[in-house]
Amino acid sequence: MKLKQLAAMAVTATLAAGVASAELVIPDLSYRTGPYAAGGTPFSDGYQDYFNMLNARDGGIGGEPIRILECETGYNTEKGVECYEATKGEGALIYQPLSTGITYQLIPKATADGIPLHTMGYGRTSAANGEVFNWVFNYPANYWDAASVMVNYLLEENGGDLSDKKIALIYHNSAYGKEPIRTLEELSAMHGFELTQLAVDHPGQEQKSQWLQIRRERPDYVLMWGWGVMNQVAVQEAANIGFPMENFIGNWWAGAEHDVTPAGAAANGYKSLNMNRIDANLPVFDEIRTLVHEAGNAAGDGSNMGSVLYTRGMYAAMLAAEAIAKAQEIHGVSDVTAAMVRDGMEALEITDARMEELGMARVGPAFSVNCQNHGGSGLGIVQQWDASAGNWVALTDYIAPDMSVIQPLVAEDSAAFAAEAGIEPGCL
Amino acid sequence: MSADFLYGIEVIINGLMAGVLYALVALGFVLIFKASGIFNYAQGVMALFAALTLVGIMEGEVPFSHLINAVFGTNIHHFGWEVPALLAILLTLVVMIFFAWAVQQFVFRHLVGQEPIILFMATIGLAYFLEGVGDLMWGSDIKTLALGLPQGGSLWVEDMTSGLGGDDFYGFFIDKLDMVATVVAIVLVTGLILFAQYTKQGRAMRAVADDHQAALSVGISLNFIWVLVWSLAGLVALVAGIMWGAKSGVQFSLSLIALKALPVLMLGGFTSIPGAIVGGLIIGVGEKLFEYIIGPMVGGATENWFAYVLALIFLVFRPQGLFGEKIIERV
Amino acid sequence: MLYREAGDFKTSYQEDSQTFPIAFDRYRYWAVLAFAFLVVPFVINDYWANAILVPFLIYAIAAIGLNILTGYCGQVSLGTGGFMAVGAYACYKLMTSFPDVSIVIHIILSGGITAAVGAAFGLPSLRIKGFYLAVATLAAQFFLVWLFNKVSWFYNYSASGQINAPERTVFGVPVTGPNTEAWAQYLICLVFVTVCAIIARNLTRGSLGRTWMSIRDMDIAAEIIGVNPLKAKLTAFAVSSFFIGIAGALFFAVYLGAVEVGEAFGIQKSFLVLFMIIIGGLGSIFGSFAGAAFLVVLPVVLKLIGVDLLGWPTDLVAHFQLVIVGALIMFFLIKEPHGLAQLWRLAKEKLRLWPFPY
Repeated sequence: MKLKQLAAMAVTATLAAGVASAELVIPDLSYRTGPYAAGGTPFSDGYQDYFNMLNARDGGIGGEPIRILECETGYNTEKGVECYEATKGEGALIYQPLSTGITYQLIPKATADGIPLHTMGYGRTSAANGEVFNWVFNYPANYWDAASVMVNYLLEENGGDLSDKKIALIYHNSAYGKEPIRTLEELSAMHGFELTQLAVDHPGQEQKSQWLQIRRERPDYVLMWGWGVMNQVAVQEAANIGFPMENFIGNWWAGAEHDVTPAGAAANGYKSLNMNRIDANLPVFDEIRTLVHEAGNAAGDGSNMGSVLYTRGMYAAMLAAEAIAKAQEIHGVSDVTAAMVRDGMEALEITDARMEELGMARVGPAFSVNCQNHGGSGLGIVQQWDASAGNWVALTDYIAPDMSVIQPLVAEDSAAFAAEAGIEPGCL
Repeated sequence: MSADFLYGIEVIINGLMAGVLYALVALGFVLIFKASGIFNYAQGVMALFAALTLVGIMEGEVPFSHLINAVFGTNIHHFGWEVPALLAILLTLVVMIFFAWAVQQFVFRHLVGQEPIILFMATIGLAYFLEGVGDLMWGSDIKTLALGLPQGGSLWVEDMTSGLGGDDFYGFFIDKLDMVATVVAIVLVTGLILFAQYTKQGRAMRAVADDHQAALSVGISLNFIWVLVWSLAGLVALVAGIMWGAKSGVQFSLSLIALKALPVLMLGGFTSIPGAIVGGLIIGVGEKLFEYIIGPMVGGATENWFAYVLALIFLVFRPQGLFGEKIIERV
Repeated sequence: MLYREAGDFKTSYQEDSQTFPIAFDRYRYWAVLAFAFLVVPFVINDYWANAILVPFLIYAIAAIGLNILTGYCGQVSLGTGGFMAVGAYACYKLMTSFPDVSIVIHIILSGGITAAVGAAFGLPSLRIKGFYLAVATLAAQFFLVWLFNKVSWFYNYSASGQINAPERTVFGVPVTGPNTEAWAQYLICLVFVTVCAIIARNLTRGSLGRTWMSIRDMDIAAEIIGVNPLKAKLTAFAVSSFFIGIAGALFFAVYLGAVEVGEAFGIQKSFLVLFMIIIGGLGSIFGSFAGAAFLVVLPVVLKLIGVDLLGWPTDLVAHFQLVIVGALIMFFLIKEPHGLAQLWRLAKEKLRLWPFPY
């Protein structure tokens, strides 16, 4: 990016900040540094590029230009809070905190400040209950959905019967990694498979013990909730012990290109979930390429386009833009406030036709949001890594989770939170 | 023999191998501490920096390309050539030697005679600095280290040993990369010991380690020796960076391996090269065995803290570590 | 001229042994306190509270605590993050188990619990010294973090292991939870900081502080002149952990409101607080404040300059931030190994003479 341009942008930004501007302010809490930079960079690139494309093509959303405020969190909670406080005064409309820790931090703060949070496929799972978490949205899918989608996929693979199977869960020993355990325990009781849990401590560079245990116990499947360096090491160690890679399934934060490339050919066949189908030939990428990258406005170096996390970032931006458009439609004004955007998010309806129209056909599942359900449909696909071609291949269509298991868990956890925080559940 | 027992042996073997990798990192600490009394917290970041530089040189990346692009509006990233691995390793060594010289010239020369805690603090500053420079130079994405090191369990070992136990024993698992690391570590340590025992510089190095002033008075240049030990630590960091980077890709988390080396140092003593090796082996075996036997009862992921607790228990009985110099206190 | 000691006569022993014997220091101290208590709460906003002032105050407490252990008693500790976690989790358990008791009492009790844990982990210091001890305290760091992550009783069996601070009030004003006003958040931290600093200052001037310093300067000699090393070291660990525990409780309850132990109280925190006291100055209460301010404010300032003023990409700024912080640490150590507190002392020397050269 050209410095002069940036400087000009910064000057206009500072000038504009003082006036009550008719701009749509969207903060991007990114992490392009620190241990997780490899995951944060493509997501943020996609998130910004999409908004920049809207600015270049349509002049923003509903005629209002979008102003992106990027703030570097380094995946660090305290910096995340600083970023939140620094940007919220500028009239931020929607936050995508992009870290479980920062999300937990911001849930009470954003609720008090009346700014919606979109935690796409991460953060607090029970926030799917919109009656307790009025300002938090985690559509299109959450971790408990992911666990259930994995099990449903395995059920399908095994003709509907997992009763004599052994499944191991290898997880990052943190709030994030522990999320699926309760769901998997329920599912294990329901379908009769044996569940082994293996915790890997942060950062996860040394996993020999865990994989030796997997080698001893020979589970039929290994599920992984990993993040950062843990993913690369786990894929390598699985290959080392000769574990059949097609029986090794990661969740959607353990299924990007950079998770598998360090292991080279050994990673071939590794599977992961995804909530966004990837397709490098989507028409929307052409638009971004011509309107944003060739105009010299690319966020980052422009090399990530079409990758898993870039697509996910762009998808997140699309959902935000659609919610803003919805809010403009509901309230009949183009200069929406954060509270109006919340209404837009709660009335959001994404259809296949709409996605096709936006040039990103079938990137995500069709879903709708309402006050009771902030979690979307919970669908996910399973994809497989093809090491020789160097890309992910979608194996399945969108698989539905077992809502009869997840709903009670969501209700229970959100009720506990409501009791602890003294919230009276209800719609706004 | 029962499968549990055999698996116990397997865990011990793998613990030994992991211990060698820990010892590799710990070696760098010992070298610098022995010669200059500096507890070099930046050792982990040096491993990261060396590995990043190696990959960068091999793939012909333009250093500081992101910065250059941001300032001048250009769009450069690669020179367009690839450097063979061996040459790249040599070039990386040159960079590490330059780094050693710069550290000595600009930082530690000015801190001679300060308290150990001040020196330690300076190395923390150095770690920050080097991490930032590494990111600026080579970017912060994950890089694949394509040195062609063998990876994966050795099938030969597995086949040879699978007959030892019953049906539920599948033979010993030994990672080929670990075997390579062991060989490299043996070569490295032997080389270091030979260097220290039989060369002029090596003797000078030991003299400095024994007594700075005495060494100075017989005409040994302290400055040169310190550049030398920092270069050697750079070499060790490069080797450690390659071995760990081969497993996980070269990325930021590589700098955290320093934390794996600290209990090894405590146990082995800060001033002893054999101590680092033996300490590494004990820690490796100890933490793996604990995770194997006790881990399942308490929920696993015990390795991080158990290594420290093991070293702590050990220290209570022998406060100077296994091979550390006896602490003699005078009033 | 600007800094005067002359003409300040004492007529009683009490006056002579007060905390700030020099009149100018005293006035300055009262002026700072008055400003902090009477002016700042009226002008503070959310950004200043959450990005700068509240973390600064909390880190200052932690730095005072660590400074007692490391700066006054000479025992280097890298377990600060773990002890802060003890404070935070103790506070959480107390807050949720006894919701009717005042939060202030909870925070003080958390400090007490941390003191007990700290003293227990301080036992090895009787045998182990120097860097060996520093590394040994890492055992506490890793073990405590693992424990709070593993045992679900500590986080009331919630699915993810995060703890959230419920709303609690002091005199009817909420100080924890989402509806806390910036000034309330700031004031409760300020009160704790002030009390802690006064306690610490007086402890270190008293006989206990003197025994600590004698252990620091040479423990064998201290033992020979009759200082009990067991008592001295363990009290240092306990008092230090008490402050650190309070800092941890405030960090969780007032500042962040929700924490996950591995992320909020990881090893990075231990190093950060240690940096603060070394940059600020070992063995100085003022140094604890200066170091905390330096490391809290510096990244924010660098970010403001880089991103908002120069308009550079955020990742470049973040990388430069590392380079600059690292370079500054080394620069300070080379120029002034005794930290900002020593710079302040030198400045006072200069001001005493200014504007005359001699």
